[in-house]
Amino acid sequence: MSLGSIFDIAGSGMTAQSLRLNTTASNIANAETASSSTDATYRARKPVFSAIQQSMMNPTQQGFGTEMSDNASAGVRVEGIVESDAELQMRYEPDHPAANEDGYVYYPNVNVVEEMADMMSSSRSFQMNVDIMNTAKSMMQRILTLGQQ
Amino acid sequence: MAITFDKALGIHQHALETRVKRAEVLANNLANADTPGFKARDLDFQAMMQKAQDNMSGFGMDKTHSAHMDASGGAADSDLLYRVPNQPSVDGNTVDAQAEQTRFMRNAMDYQASFQFLNGKFTGLTKALKGE
Repeated sequence: MSLGSIFDIAGSGMTAQSLRLNTTASNIANAETASSSTDATYRARKPVFSAIQQSMMNPTQQGFGTEMSDNASAGVRVEGIVESDAELQMRYEPDHPAANEDGYVYYPNVNVVEEMADMMSSSRSFQMNVDIMNTAKSMMQRILTLGQQ
Repeated sequence: MAITFDKALGIHQHALETRVKRAEVLANNLANADTPGFKARDLDFQAMMQKAQDNMSGFGMDKTHSAHMDASGGAADSDLLYRVPNQPSVDGNTVDAQAEQTRFMRNAMDYQASFQFLNGKFTGLTKALKGE
C-alpha cells in the first residue's frame, strides 16, 4: 500500500482499456469481411474484465493477520476474449466470389454503432486512468520536497 | 524537553498516510469502472484517524509476538467499506466513475493540505534547531 501501487493500478487499467480498444478496432475493420460458411466468418470479439485481488499480487504475504486485508483488490486484468454468439448476417449475393452454391454469403455479427459507443467509452476510461497516474505522480513529487525550504 | 519526531509531527503524518491509502482505493475503483460485478470501496477516514489518535495518546496495543494481530493503524478490512450505489446497474458494477473521480481529486487536495501542515512542522523544527 503506497503511492507506487497507484501506478500499477492505473497501468493495469490502461492496459485493459487499450486491449478493449484493440478488439473494437478489429471488429470495425472486419465488419464487412464476408465468407461462404458460418464457421469461417469473423465474429465480434469482446474482452472480459475482472478485478485483481491483492493476494495475487503478493503471494508471500499470506500469513496470520494479513488475510483480513486480502479482499482489497489491486487493479484490473483481462480474463479473456469471448466471441459474440449473435446471429450472423446472411445476404443473397450470387455475384460475390465467396458465395456458396445457393448464392448466399455470411457477414460478421458486428454491430458498428455498438462498437463506436464502446470505443468512446474505452477512450474515456483510458483518459481517466491517465489522469489518476498524473495525480499520483504530482503527489509523489510533492512528498520528495518535504522539509525543503 | 526532548524533541521526538512523533510528538513534533502530531497527527499529520498519519493523515498523510491515510490519504495515500485512500488514493489507492479510489484509483482501484476507477481502474475497475468497467469490470462486471465489481463493488466500489472506500476507507472510513474518520475511523482511521480516530485509531491513529488513540495510538498517539497511548491507548494503543503493543505487539509482543509475531502472531499478534495488528490492532492499530493500517488499512484493516474493517476500515475498507463498500459503497452504497445510487442506482443499480445491469452488470452488478457499483462504480460511479464521475463521483469517484471527484473524490479522488478532493483526496489529492486534502493530501496537499496535510503535506502543507507536515512541511510547516519540519520548517518549525529546523528553525528551532538553528536557533534563529
